[in-house]
Amino acid sequence: MLAATAVALLCVRGLFVASMLTGIYSLLSTALFVLLDAVDVAFTEAAVGAGITTVLFLAMLSKIPSRSERSQAFNFQPLPFLVVLLTGGILVYATQDMPEFGDPKAPANLHVAPKYIIESEKETGLPNMVTAVLASYRGYDTLGEVTVIFTAGVGVLLLLGRKRRRVLGESVEE
Amino acid sequence: MKNNFIVREVANLFIPIIVLFGFYVQFHGDFGPGGGFQAGVIVAVGIILYALVHGLQKTRQLILEVYIRFLMAFGLLLFAATGLASLILGGEFLNYSVLGSDQLTGQHIGIILIELGVGITVAAVMVAIFFAFVGRDAK
Repeated sequence: MLAATAVALLCVRGLFVASMLTGIYSLLSTALFVLLDAVDVAFTEAAVGAGITTVLFLAMLSKIPSRSERSQAFNFQPLPFLVVLLTGGILVYATQDMPEFGDPKAPANLHVAPKYIIESEKETGLPNMVTAVLASYRGYDTLGEVTVIFTAGVGVLLLLGRKRRRVLGESVEE
Repeated sequence: MKNNFIVREVANLFIPIIVLFGFYVQFHGDFGPGGGFQAGVIVAVGIILYALVHGLQKTRQLILEVYIRFLMAFGLLLFAATGLASLILGGEFLNYSVLGSDQLTGQHIGIILIELGVGITVAAVMVAIFFAFVGRDAK
């Protein structure tokens, strides 16, 4: 279903339909994350991907002219298609070397994960391991993430949020 | 959507619940799924829903943009200040164990503070971005 939505997303031309399909795509990946027991990630995906992003897209759509001039013909270009196909093939080939899903001997499960699983509740007193890792063990990373979000907000405000100033009786173009 | 009675009433019913749920996710993030990031987004969604239903003008009057900009920076600074506080109290940067009387209390205080910082910044940034996008030619 994820793949079907992605293909549909490529094929539709209308912006409204496309933004709705991205919302559906996010909701489907939320279901996938829940199936993989990654509840925290699923929560984020549902709130950000399916919620806020779709609302922002729709808000943007109401601001731009509804019909943009685009060529309706399906423009097939062989070279990019070949590159995409090749890259996809290599990635699929590379998955053969990856450890089995949920393999306890996988390198990712041997490094610090056992320490977190065994000791995080004792050391931080938090039953939710994800929060313990995010907030305590990996506090630096989370601080960096918040800085990124803050920077993004400042950037948007600098670009869009400024009131139009009148310079010499002329409104400045944005 | 301003004139649609049903949409307005249902939204009025749901906005307090959404914001309340946001706070629940914020403070219950230590025990269940969730945390500052998700909570910030949920609270922002509540405010955005209000803006969609009641119009941007009214929302801007309720929530002044000065406050939003202030909160954007405040959340980040709260996070960094927690780190600095633990540095001053003798631990490493962002090592919360020294904040409380024992390790567990310290960790708890630290995590709640930084999650609060994350939540405040995320909510403020989301609302600021939404206002910036939607309010472009409203001026």
